[in-house]
Amino acid sequence: MAVVSSNSTVMNNVEAVRATLYEAMKNDDRTLVLGEDVGARGNVFLITKDFITEFGPERVIDTPIAEASIVGIAVGMAMEGLRPIAEIQFADFIYPSFNQIVGEAAKIRYRSNGEYTCPLVIRTPYGGGVRGALSHSVSVEALFYHVPGLKIVAPSFPADVKGLLNAAIDDPDPVLFLEHKKTYRLIKGEVPNGHYTIPLGKANVLKDGKQLSVVSYGLYVHWALEAALGLEQEGMSVEVIDLRSIRPMDKTTILRSVEKTRKLLIIHEDNKFGGIGAEISAMVAEEALFHLDAPIRRLCGPDVPAMGYALPLEEEFMSSPAEMAEAMREMVKF
Amino acid sequence: MATTITMPQLGETVTEGTVAQWLKSIGDSVEKYEDFVEVSTDKVNAGVPSPVTGTIRELLVKEGETVATGTPIAIIEEVGAASAAEAAAPAARTETAAASAPASATAPSPNGAAAATAASPAVRRLAREHHVDVRTVKGSGSNGRVTADDVLAAARTSVAAPPATAPPPIPPPGRTSTYAQPARGTLIALTQARRIIAERMVESRHTAPHAWSMVQIDVTDVWNWRVREKDRFERETGHKLTLLPFFIRAVVESLDAFPLMNAKFVPAAGSSPAAIYVNEAVNIGIAIGLPTNLVVPVIKNADQLSVRGIAIAAGGLIEKARKGKLGVDELAGGTFTVNNNGANGSWASAPIINGGQAGIVTMEAVIKKLVVRDDDSIAIRRMMNSCLSLDHRVVDGYVASGFLAELKRRLEAMGPQGEL
Repeated sequence: MAVVSSNSTVMNNVEAVRATLYEAMKNDDRTLVLGEDVGARGNVFLITKDFITEFGPERVIDTPIAEASIVGIAVGMAMEGLRPIAEIQFADFIYPSFNQIVGEAAKIRYRSNGEYTCPLVIRTPYGGGVRGALSHSVSVEALFYHVPGLKIVAPSFPADVKGLLNAAIDDPDPVLFLEHKKTYRLIKGEVPNGHYTIPLGKANVLKDGKQLSVVSYGLYVHWALEAALGLEQEGMSVEVIDLRSIRPMDKTTILRSVEKTRKLLIIHEDNKFGGIGAEISAMVAEEALFHLDAPIRRLCGPDVPAMGYALPLEEEFMSSPAEMAEAMREMVKF
Repeated sequence: MATTITMPQLGETVTEGTVAQWLKSIGDSVEKYEDFVEVSTDKVNAGVPSPVTGTIRELLVKEGETVATGTPIAIIEEVGAASAAEAAAPAARTETAAASAPASATAPSPNGAAAATAASPAVRRLAREHHVDVRTVKGSGSNGRVTADDVLAAARTSVAAPPATAPPPIPPPGRTSTYAQPARGTLIALTQARRIIAERMVESRHTAPHAWSMVQIDVTDVWNWRVREKDRFERETGHKLTLLPFFIRAVVESLDAFPLMNAKFVPAAGSSPAAIYVNEAVNIGIAIGLPTNLVVPVIKNADQLSVRGIAIAAGGLIEKARKGKLGVDELAGGTFTVNNNGANGSWASAPIINGGQAGIVTMEAVIKKLVVRDDDSIAIRRMMNSCLSLDHRVVDGYVASGFLAELKRRLEAMGPQGEL
């Protein structure tokens, strides 16, 4: 970590997660982390390295390989006033905890008629492009997107990681916090010092444009931005929106952009069918049809069971900045 | 082979037509079904499509000249199907011409590929809002597609372009520029439309003994209904939701209760005695005032339409009327007329019946008034007068008053709880 000014520090995404968790643990005794290898090992990405020494094994809990228990225990802790931050080591392992997240955490407030809330954060690294193959590459957002009572956050930049993770910890209801593992060390940026939050459900317009709106989140935000900046050289003006929060979805920012550019391209790594892009498309078709000057387009992962290990298969699955630029070009020219 | 084109008969009673504008010059090639001349008759400006593909050889009538229907107006040198493609090819459309050559006779689209002519929702909306005919806009999108920006550019140029004959008049205070401003002390020649309006008005006024009646209608509730629905309606259809369709709906319901108001007087002719013909269809004419003209397009079978359906039909006709694009069919067949005189602020009027109908009813200005209601309470309500002129040969005051009372009752019963 390099301090560039007294007000901010340059860090990558993994350092931003670590710094935010550390401050939360330091500032609030109710906070605790639990998950596989978060204690003695200090997490597989060293996010919680040395936490166990400083905060002790009661607040830094190494759990068995039992994801249903990790979330289930955290739900109980949250209902009784603690601020647990549960970790699922890789999003690919989240399925055993599905019932605890969807069936329990998301419904606590409703089921208890507001008597209980569930201020729980579930962090998990997701996404591909790291030769992670079948069980270390998955995107899980669409599986949880359908569930009322659950918030889903997927930041792209270190400063957003910190602001949104702080907001997720403060939030009285469960938040699924998705960290794209390819961005962990790839993406660096200035992160303001001190405590701050970024509201959940607010997208960020990264680049203004006039001819096309591109909506994305996670790793692909960076590539979409790279593609859009490249198209400036060709005289094309593309707006890039980083969703940041997948749910609640920032309808206002999306609609305002589409009403300006009249064209919408949604890019995500998760597969297309029933994905986040489907919901955004439907929303825009319902609320801004008469502003659309081109069919909405989705550039997404293929509908295949998993990302292959072989490099050509992984590359086939992932969209490149060049592919994104080509899709943008076609839409601008349409 | 040369084909002689004659002045077409645009409408049953039309006997002559004026060449308003030649759209092609001598030597120009013209495709089958392509408009090559604009002809104006009574109230209509219509493009006339060429019956053949060929080259214009002679134009026999000057612009502005009026000739009887059937008079030859142009000669087109027809070319065979094979050379038709050839003739079209040099005109910068080599690609599409080559592609469509084998199909030859299928009407080629001016914008290239068929898919490209499908206007996007944004294009349709912007074209409506800015009164742009998408078909006249040159597309800059892929395959010549007309984009939203193309429509906006077309709207800007059409606003910026001054009228061909004179600079735009400066509107005097308190008036809008839609009112004609003729020079004082000048003699104005009648346009064909003006002459026919004059003749028809005199005829109606002299043959049909006019009687007149008026009711005052509380439109507060229906007004609130309109306000509740108008934004969504405009978003969904692109048309404004005025009080007119609600009023027309009440009119057609009332005509159903009083069929004699939807009738006409048939004078004695030869051995047939005079009679009254009760119309089968309910076709409502809407009087639309234009700066120099008055047109009455017709909503056919208006009794089959909901308020929503009437609003869409009326919106389309009004838009066409303002652009001078009404077709002959859209002006024919009216059985009863509604005149929204109140739009210009009138509070009461005595309209002249459209010839061959039994009545005409007006919507006057909607004005907030202090009203003493049946229970003696005092309320501020939106009130509107509605005036009826009737052909006293067909109906008497008894029927006419019944019709007006029915109209009032029905309109006052409409409110925000209704379904458009």
